[in-house]
Amino acid sequence: MPAVSKGDGMRGLAVFISDIRNCKSKEAEIKRINKELANIRSKFKGDKALDGYSKKKYVCKLLFIFLLGHDIDFGHMEAVNLLSSNKYTEKQIGYLFISVLVNSNSELIRLINNAIKNDLSSRNPTFMCLALHCIANVGSREMAEAFASEIPRILVAGDTMDSVKQSAALCLLRLYKTSPDLVLMGEWTSRVVHLLNDQHMGVVTAAISLITCLSQKNPDEFKTCVSLAVSRLSRIVSSASTDLQDYTYYFVPAPWLSCKLLRLLQCYPPPEDGAVKGRLVECLETILNKAQEPPKSKKVQHSNAKNAILFEAISLIIHYDSEPNLLVRACNQLGQFLQHRETNLRYLALESMCTLASSEFSHEAVKTHIETVINALKTERDVSVRQRAADLLYAMCDRSNAKQIVAEMLSYLETADYSIREEMVLKVAILAEKYAVDYSWYVDTILNLIRIAGDYVSEEVWYRVIQIVINRDDVQGYAAKTVFEALQAPACHENMVKVGGYILGEFGNLIAGDPRSSPLVQFNLLHSKFHLCSVPTRALLLSAYIKFINLFPETKATIQEVLRCDSQIRNSDVELQQRAVEYLKLSSIASTDVLATVLEEMPPFPERESSILAKLKKKKGPGAVSVTELDDGKREAGELNGGGDRGPDTAAMAASNAVSTLSLLFICKTLIAVISHFHSYPFIPYLSCCLSASIPALFCGLSLHPCPVLWPPSSAPPSEDPAPPLSEADELLNKFVCKNNGVLFENQLLQIGIKSEYRQNLGRMYLFYGNKTSVQFASFTTTVSCPGELHKPVEPLVEGGAQIQQVLNIECITDFSDAPLLNIKFSRYGGALQNLTLKLPVTINKFFQPTEMSSSDFFQRWKQLSQPQQEAQKIFKANHSMDTEVLKAKLLGLGTALLDNIDPNPENYVCAGVIQTKSQQIGCLLRLEPNAQAQMYRLTLRCSKDTVSKRLCELLAQQF
Amino acid sequence: MSISETDRGLHRWSPHLACSSAGDFEMVAAVAARSGEQMQFMLLFSRQGKLRLQKWYVPLSDKEKKKITRELVQTVLARKPKMCSFLEWRDLKIVYKRYASLYFCCAIEDQDNELITLEIIHRYVELLDKYFGSVCELDIIFNFEKAYFILDEFLLGGEAQETSKKNVLKAIEQADLLQEPRHEYFNVPVY
Repeated sequence: MPAVSKGDGMRGLAVFISDIRNCKSKEAEIKRINKELANIRSKFKGDKALDGYSKKKYVCKLLFIFLLGHDIDFGHMEAVNLLSSNKYTEKQIGYLFISVLVNSNSELIRLINNAIKNDLSSRNPTFMCLALHCIANVGSREMAEAFASEIPRILVAGDTMDSVKQSAALCLLRLYKTSPDLVLMGEWTSRVVHLLNDQHMGVVTAAISLITCLSQKNPDEFKTCVSLAVSRLSRIVSSASTDLQDYTYYFVPAPWLSCKLLRLLQCYPPPEDGAVKGRLVECLETILNKAQEPPKSKKVQHSNAKNAILFEAISLIIHYDSEPNLLVRACNQLGQFLQHRETNLRYLALESMCTLASSEFSHEAVKTHIETVINALKTERDVSVRQRAADLLYAMCDRSNAKQIVAEMLSYLETADYSIREEMVLKVAILAEKYAVDYSWYVDTILNLIRIAGDYVSEEVWYRVIQIVINRDDVQGYAAKTVFEALQAPACHENMVKVGGYILGEFGNLIAGDPRSSPLVQFNLLHSKFHLCSVPTRALLLSAYIKFINLFPETKATIQEVLRCDSQIRNSDVELQQRAVEYLKLSSIASTDVLATVLEEMPPFPERESSILAKLKKKKGPGAVSVTELDDGKREAGELNGGGDRGPDTAAMAASNAVSTLSLLFICKTLIAVISHFHSYPFIPYLSCCLSASIPALFCGLSLHPCPVLWPPSSAPPSEDPAPPLSEADELLNKFVCKNNGVLFENQLLQIGIKSEYRQNLGRMYLFYGNKTSVQFASFTTTVSCPGELHKPVEPLVEGGAQIQQVLNIECITDFSDAPLLNIKFSRYGGALQNLTLKLPVTINKFFQPTEMSSSDFFQRWKQLSQPQQEAQKIFKANHSMDTEVLKAKLLGLGTALLDNIDPNPENYVCAGVIQTKSQQIGCLLRLEPNAQAQMYRLTLRCSKDTVSKRLCELLAQQF
Repeated sequence: MSISETDRGLHRWSPHLACSSAGDFEMVAAVAARSGEQMQFMLLFSRQGKLRLQKWYVPLSDKEKKKITRELVQTVLARKPKMCSFLEWRDLKIVYKRYASLYFCCAIEDQDNELITLEIIHRYVELLDKYFGSVCELDIIFNFEKAYFILDEFLLGGEAQETSKKNVLKAIEQADLLQEPRHEYFNVPVY
């Protein structure tokens, strides 16, 4: 490099920078800067015209001062003057100043644009590049207005120099991002795609960023890029490490371009053309193979570049989610990285595996690494890596490993970083609930959570354990015993006291037979904690005491004495005082019958979704929820699974919700009756007031109705009748029989993605509407209707724009054959009204609960379902691969349990499950007999209801 | 069956969602939100926390820039040497690496590739090194404008423009050759 390159003679600048560096204090620095600013100002204002060099030097000093963090409010004009200098360095400094400092100052922008225009038309490539860099750096709307039509021309003109093309491509990308409406597609677009074939690798590298962005917004117009990208990638991947000369980076051919090509392909579904797809799969396999080869260099740059491509390839494999082979290979490769000595690789492998865990094809493969991941959680020294490990454990958790994972997360909690404890607590609570088979395990887990990390246990978590205990008879005794034991600890967390108080107040009688936990012992134990607790907890304990009076009349005198003492009845806290007064009065006036009615055991809570998922999501953004994000949504989504929305029942439901809300505070559901019964006693109305005022915030929104909202508010919804379902609606529906997530529909304008999850007879479906165009959709309306007797049209709101999401809560009332219809209407600016109807992929099999059974059980039931109409059978030709793993994945996706060792012929598959509807349960048995030679299957279904056998048989015959 | 529905409002799609689970529905997300995907900014700062170079590829106010810089410098300086080079920060991923007394720190989006960003940093360091001849922090302080010019040749709008070391340096060399000879200024007063 020539010595001249080090600075270009601005000695004054160097001196100034040295001065600043020599300043001993901040004050000295400011003083020196102010002196300089005054000097520059006087030079700029002075009568003597400054020469270009001085102007450049002073502008550069101003820039330096600005970069030190000081405000600069002059000098812009001088910088603009430099732009029109014909000396390169002056121009360059002018552009740098503008790029760093100028924001939309209309007067200046006009002058700047003028200078840029001159440079763009100068045909001097260095000047053109400077001008393009400036546009890309500033990227303002005014610049887009001035140059958005000019730059595409420069980009595709035959005589443009390569370096100018590179700058033009990225400059256009910047303008497209800031002002997409100003960059008009046109004849140039097809020529841009062909830049992927350009000989100059630098041009391809720059152009592909532009093409990727344009493809995301206009996939159809750019879809020819897929085959071009595949062939380019294939050439790079198969080239020797020296073929690409300076584009080879530490023996890796064109790593940046490779990553960008793989990223571009992620804008599209797998190529439909078999040859292209074959070539791509070959590339992906080569990339995976290369990961196994010995490194060509020991430098970390070599392995980083190689692995950057590998991770991008894995992202593409996950994006396609259709090649079980590649997915499993990707998983194995990541598995090796989990134990790599490079922390960076371990981090990335954990991160990438999280997404693999949610693919049906690789979930099992991910699970095999559980021990390594647990080990990472325990031994990684970097908290961000441990965090990834915890995320992955959460993502790979399912029924089979829940106990182990929850136990590990609990033990990690004891030493976990404070910054991640709350999130860990929520995750443990969610997993414990989601995979609880045995509710005593669930109760133990949550109490352990409170014990280990009580401060981080939010209200949602302990509310939830109480809801579950109340709703499940079988765990109440165990819960009472366990909290009683937990409360024995000399120091226990206040949350434990809350849970303990509530549960003993409800179910203390279940353990009162044991003299070690007699009513008085229970009461004394609770009351020993009373004085250490905050007001809300004390209020809760007072309610527990009045419940005790009802449960155990022998404690009445003791408790009344407690209530009567000054510290209660005259407590300075109004809430506590009121409760003490009212409970005391209630216990002394009411007859046993009345007390028993008022203080009756809590009715079960309406079955609701867990509110803790919402909390987790809020905590960490939607991504944190990973696999189980499927079932979050929660409160803002309106809690009750369709409970509040059953048409005629609504009023009744709302009323009972309100009542059960009150009863949270241990007040009976017949309160209203009681109030009237006691009308002569003036304190009773107070009682109800005080209670309703104390309803925890948790329960607001309980009887939320989805209210139809239209957006924009002023525009009326399109009034056309819903179109008939698309001809391919059934086909689209069939794609979702064995899976819950995916793209339901796609055309040039719109893409509809679906995520759904089901539990028993309830389901929740998220619909993602993506606007693939750059213009807004107006009057976007969707309507869901169910064929059959329960017509329930519902109009959500929706808006046009980037992407919106809609949530549907689904309840299966009875078995059904026809899928609900989803009608979507919207109009594009200047376009016709779009009206389209799809079938929502809600099929009867979504409500399957898998049933495991032994061989003898299976055959006994099979025989029981022997009436001819209970059986449906079909023999059909295989339409898809007959590969064992694929078949198994599909059958599991169906929702049934896949039973091993039942059928005497090991080639056959046997499944069992129960369909849960609100009105009944329908047992189903399935047998699938493949015949590989004939490429045929025989499918037999036997269900306790004939319509279900038929429907399932129809649905399934399309799947294999 | 009955269907009730609730609207989740006009939430802007958050980039987190995309990485959190696989499946082709991600395409929806990609279409809607990946448009912003690119490097968001690059910061060079010293071990003492002094900012040496800042390049912003997204429009932000000066106040926001200062706040981000302050927070990020603090976060990165607090990390121990052997820790991993990536961290989650706000909605972004931070990729950083220390070279002698200087930290190079890039913010990228959720979908972006961490390792290739790490090598972007390295290639930039190589370019500086080759240009200045064994670069040190002082070169960047005294020739900050050159550091910016080199960066603009290499990355434009947060995307790689030219990854060949030769080509980038050739462009800078050509520009240097266009410079006026030094003696022209020998008699010009300093201030």
